[in-house]
This record gives sequence, C-alpha cells and structure tokens, in this order.
Amino acid sequence: MNVLRPGPLAATLALLVAVFLMMPLVAVIPVSFTPTRYLSVPDAEWSLRHYRALVENPAWAEGAWLSIRIGVVAALVATGLALMFSLGIWMLQPRFAGLLMGLALLPMVAPPVVSALTLYFFLITLSKVNSVVAYDTWAGVALAHAVMIAPFAVVLISVALAQVDRRIDLAARSMGAGLWTRIGRVILPNIRFGILTALFLTFVLSWEEIGVTLFITSVDAVTLPRLMWMGLRDNIDPAIAAISVVLIVVVVTVVLARTAVARSRARRQARA
Amino acid sequence: MSQPSRFLLLIGPLLLFLAATYLVPFLGVMRWSVTLPEPGLGQYRTALGDPLVLTVFWRTLRICAVVTVSAVAAAYVITLLWVRGSAVQRLVVELCILIPFWISVLTRAFGWLALLSNKGLINGWLQSLGLLSEPLTLVRNEFGVIVGMTHFLIPFAVFPLASAMRSVDERVLMAARGMGAGRARIFWQVFVPMTKPGILGAGLVVFVFALGFFVTPAILGGGRSVMVAELIYLRIFQSPDWGLGAAISVILMLAVGVLLAAMMRQVRQGASK
Repeated sequence: MNVLRPGPLAATLALLVAVFLMMPLVAVIPVSFTPTRYLSVPDAEWSLRHYRALVENPAWAEGAWLSIRIGVVAALVATGLALMFSLGIWMLQPRFAGLLMGLALLPMVAPPVVSALTLYFFLITLSKVNSVVAYDTWAGVALAHAVMIAPFAVVLISVALAQVDRRIDLAARSMGAGLWTRIGRVILPNIRFGILTALFLTFVLSWEEIGVTLFITSVDAVTLPRLMWMGLRDNIDPAIAAISVVLIVVVVTVVLARTAVARSRARRQARA
Repeated sequence: MSQPSRFLLLIGPLLLFLAATYLVPFLGVMRWSVTLPEPGLGQYRTALGDPLVLTVFWRTLRICAVVTVSAVAAAYVITLLWVRGSAVQRLVVELCILIPFWISVLTRAFGWLALLSNKGLINGWLQSLGLLSEPLTLVRNEFGVIVGMTHFLIPFAVFPLASAMRSVDERVLMAARGMGAGRARIFWQVFVPMTKPGILGAGLVVFVFALGFFVTPAILGGGRSVMVAELIYLRIFQSPDWGLGAAISVILMLAVGVLLAAMMRQVRQGASK
C-alpha cells in the first residue's frame, strides 16, 4: 500500500518542473519555421527555408557523416577496451580493484574542461610527430572521444557483470574450460545486452560531444555539434532550430519506442 | 598461462591507454602551469591573487550553489512523483525526465535562447499581452546561465534521489501513520530525513558537474558572466596565456578531487552505519 501518495500540491509542483524540462524543446519548433534569417518567432508566414538549408548546404551532411564515423570508431575502441578491463576485474578480482576502477573512471569524474585541456595537450604533442592522429583530424577526435566515453562503458559492463551468477563460471572452470572458453562461451553470452547498451550509449555520447571537441578541432574536423556551436555563437542561425527539431524528433521516437517495448515486456512477464 | 600475465592481458590495455592519453598529458598540463611563460609558481599566485580571476571564481561558486539548490529541489519534487505517483503520473514524469536527458546540451541551450532572448517567445508573449514595453533581459547574463544549467542538471539529480526514495522502508511510513502522523508530518519528519543521503549525493553530483561546466554558460552567458571553464578556454585560445589556463585547470581538478574524496568518505560512513 502506498502510504505517501503525492497529493495535489506535490503533483502540481512536479507538473511545473515537467513543463520547465520540456519547455525549451517545444520552443525550438516554432522558431525553426521562421521566414527570417535571424532568431524569431513566425507570426503570419511559416517557412521551410531553414530545413531546405539543411539539405542544400553540404556542411550539415558532412558534419553528420563525420560525427557518425567518429562515433562508431570511438564507441568500438572504448567498449572493446572497457570490456576487457571489466572482464579482468570481474574474473580475477585483483587486490586494489577499487583503485584500478577509480583510475579507469578518471575522465568521467574530472571536470570536462580539464579533460579537454589535457587532450588538447596530448593531440598537439602528437601533431609534432604525425599528421594522422593529430590536432584537428578525425582520427584525433575519435581517439579523444574514446578516452572520454570509455568510463561509461566500464560502468555499464561492470553493472551487467555484477548480475552474472559466478557459479556458472565456476562450473565451466571445474569442467576444464580455459580462460577464453569461459569468456567466449559462458560470460559474454550473459552480458550481451550490457555490451550492446554500452556501444549505444558511448556512440550517443560521442555523437553529441562538444566540450572536448571545441578544444581539439578548428577548421578541418568540424563535427555536427561543432557546426551547431559555430551557428550559436556568432549570429544565431535559425538553421540550428531546424537541425534541433530533427534531433529532438529522433530522440522522442527512440524514447517512446523503448518505453513501449519495456512496458509490453513488463506486462508479458506479469502475466507469465 | 600464469595468473599475472592473464591479468595484464585483460586489465592492462585500458589502463595503458588512459595512462598514455590522459595521465601523462595531464602531467604535461601541470608542467605548463609552472613553466609558462617562465619557471616558477607565478601563475598560481596570479590565479589566486588577480582580482579578475577571483571574480570569476566567486561567480562560479555562487552560480554553482544556486544551481545546486534549485536543481536538487526541482528534482526532488519530480522524483517524488516518479517513485510514488500513480501509474499515469509515473509515465508522464518518466518521459519528461528521459527525453531532455538524451537531448544534446547544444539543443537545450538553443531552446533557452529561443525562449529567453529579446526577440524570444517569452518576451514576445509578454509584449503582445501589453505587460511590457521594453523586452526583459533574460539571457546573456547570470539569470540565463542559472536557468540553463538548472535545466541541464535536473536529470542528473533525479537518479540518486530515485534510488534513495526507492530504498525507504515502507513499513516505517506505515508505522508513522499507525501512530497517528498526518501526511505532511510523515513526509517532513520521516520521509525527507530518510532520503537525506540521496539529497546530499544529488547535491554533490550536481555541484561537481556544474563547477567544470563550459557549454551552457558560454552560450547563455554570452561572454558576460564568464565561469571558470570558459576562463580556461579564453586563456588557451584567445589571449594565449597557457600557463595561467593550465594553473586554473590544476586548481579546478584539485577542488573536484577534494569534493569527491569527501563524498566517498560520506558513502563509506553511510555504508558502515
């Protein structure tokens, strides 16, 4: 029984917070249809010119494509390294596991701007010896993103591992399975979902990363967020509203679909 | 294969990777802070003595304090409904938390510009209703920064609060009611004190996040209410003074380290109780 069911006052306050949370997302929609070249609300005439600009100006598609490539590479590198690390910690339970974990999570807990300056230092140092993985190159950005998102993959995979029953691993070992058999045939199938979640989350984090990207790119490696940043800082370009609406629609669709799937699964489980 | 070599094979790569890309370069940043433009601790003296830098430090602390209180309070209200509301309330609240959470910081800052700027929606409504003749300055100042940062950080406060509220033992609430406490009394004297660790945790998460925040203040502050992170950016890229930028970064890193250590201690004490 719910002794403390929120009353009308609590519900009203929470509703206000909910409105506050959704307000800026809704506000973007009318602005994206403005016929003017500056940030304004359309009164009589609604125009699609800023959506047309997204299609016609190749910079947007190039930025999106660059962000996708960087996101895929960074997510694969980060999740791969995080998977090995988390498996090692889980299977071997070394002394100082807490300390090692803290080290692995460092880029996540350090202030983003400090990470950004650190990675800037790293990439301009690399620039002195090569021009592929360097300042303002896509490979450099992918590497820096991998550093920033790896801790998130470590957290997600470790959480998934914590739910695996250790006895199945012990059973496999006692029947003579080697290290790689235990990992490949016993443990990995049990944390499949966690690994996929880690890949997805790290990709999204890289796709929207801007704080570090600002420090390590200038004119060549212009990712989608970097392009939006430029449109936001100088004269506010309503094309940002159009791209924002596109991104919001994608997020709302994914969240609604996920919620629907989660609910129907919960209902099926409740029935079974 | 022996135990230690397996250990290195699995755990080593990520640690080597982070050492090469993060730890060693951070030492390099520390070196900048004591060697540029000349060897010595001059940059730290500037960082802790220069009135301009100190103004930025104080502004950052002030904004972070306000943002922490408002984000945690707003998060508490909405989490209460998420955890203890009816099925419909839970669903609505969940969507209103998750959707903004997944949307990029740039889009959210832009939304606030669209709402708060001089030609934005809020000023437009107020003027068309005849309530205002001159637009209110709601953005490119501290107010805009606080609104934008509070908005960004509410979802991060929700998760620790939700786990604290879910772990409240229902029987304690029933006992309070059985002994005749009203709803308000159960809430303020039983429920809130029992969720205090969650409130502290959420506050610390928000505060630490807010300290190093860069994007939202840079966009909504419009260069007028510069916070620490933006100051570092300006010292590195606009008025090249790498030594000072590096020194401020090291100070910021230390401050966050101390806060996190305090949080860990709190958690450990809570666990041992």
